[in-house]
Amino acid sequence: MRQYTTPLFTPLFRRALMLIAGFALAGCQGMNTTPAPAIDTDTSTGTSAEPTLYQQLGGRAGLAQIVEDLLYLIVDDERINHQFKGVNVAQFHSHLTDQLCQLSGGPCTYSGRSMRKVHADMAITETQFNALAENLILAMEQNEVGTGAQNRLLKRLIPMHPDIRNL
Amino acid sequence: MTYRLLMLAMVVSLACPSASAAIGSRIWATGGVSTIEGSAGGGLVPWALLGSYASDQEWGGTLALSRAETDDYSLSVTGAGLNWNNRVELTLARQSLDLDALVFALKDGFDLEQDELNQDIIGAKVRLVGDVLYSPWGQWSAGIQYKRQRDFTVPEAIGARDDSGTDVLLSASKLFFAAVFNRNLLVNGTARATKANQGGLLGFGGDRNNGYEVMAEASVGVFVNRQWLVGAEYRQKPDNLNFASEDDWWDLFVAWVPDRRMAVTVALINLGDIATLDDQQGLYLSLQGSF
Repeated sequence: MRQYTTPLFTPLFRRALMLIAGFALAGCQGMNTTPAPAIDTDTSTGTSAEPTLYQQLGGRAGLAQIVEDLLYLIVDDERINHQFKGVNVAQFHSHLTDQLCQLSGGPCTYSGRSMRKVHADMAITETQFNALAENLILAMEQNEVGTGAQNRLLKRLIPMHPDIRNL
Repeated sequence: MTYRLLMLAMVVSLACPSASAAIGSRIWATGGVSTIEGSAGGGLVPWALLGSYASDQEWGGTLALSRAETDDYSLSVTGAGLNWNNRVELTLARQSLDLDALVFALKDGFDLEQDELNQDIIGAKVRLVGDVLYSPWGQWSAGIQYKRQRDFTVPEAIGARDDSGTDVLLSASKLFFAAVFNRNLLVNGTARATKANQGGLLGFGGDRNNGYEVMAEASVGVFVNRQWLVGAEYRQKPDNLNFASEDDWWDLFVAWVPDRRMAVTVALINLGDIATLDDQQGLYLSLQGSF
């Protein structure tokens, strides 16, 4: 398992970080390193010529960029930006990147809390869930991820819906 | 007049560059389009989806203009819908069927001078459970469509019993992600209890059968990308009139949803034999605005 360093933040991203960090009222949410529950990962790196989903998403660097663009979209989105107050953005960025990397079959391990625990007290509405899904799709489009790869990633994310919505 | 107002409202709603949040938060194209009966769905078959893009804390609405031209008939539909919290959909539709070629048959055979049939439809649909994208068992909705034929003379002359009727519908819709060449597949099934002849345009019940029957309707579509949906629909129909047999309907459609404000649907439709005129095939075009 390779280790990755913190991604290089662009100046604009730093400003976004500062902006969100400015919201920080409660400080970082407690993060422990309890392993996430088993997530269905397709780690088939078989002999087929077809690129894996992880590769289609641009590897971990590509995913880090997608998540960065997603964060910009979140900051501008009045439907959901208030839910991110107090979040440690750098940690959020690396956790979500690792999570998407692992989900897409890449060599990463999500080390954050379980989806249900993280969202337990957030009372996420369907509107907010939809808003985040929309922003993720837009972020993938900004990074020229093809329709097929977008659909494959969404397919692996959708099972988290009940945990995130606390249903 | 109503028609012109609808057009105006639609143009305004399309021209208004409001933020996406103001239009509703559901993912693109998950409101379906407006069917010929006003309810959200494809062209001919209602789906379990509710119109517009309202999510669980939002209101939404739709306006639609549709036209079907077959060999011997043309149908115009103006429709409007409201959606509260993606829970309840209320719809209104007015259908106007130009009889074109049938005018002569009515004149010669029944001594009737009628060149169009008009019908109003009030619909209500409730999302019972689930979400088309997020639930493993898809989205389930129940609905009713109350229909009133405004020109009952012709339907009555050919054997229809009532000038109004109520359809009761149960629908399920489910999107399967990355299902066909990594494209998303939308599947819909609807069961409809109905007495309507040709959807109600030829009245309700008849001299051959005057009871409710449950009809099966289905549609399947593939999202080429998030703006383009290509698919097919099938709608089983009752056969209540001795005057002429009634065929099932089917169509092949392409829907273009460039953004949440607008949807354009084009379809090749096959409505079978209608009131003695054979094999009615043609083209369907529908414009929908959402707000």
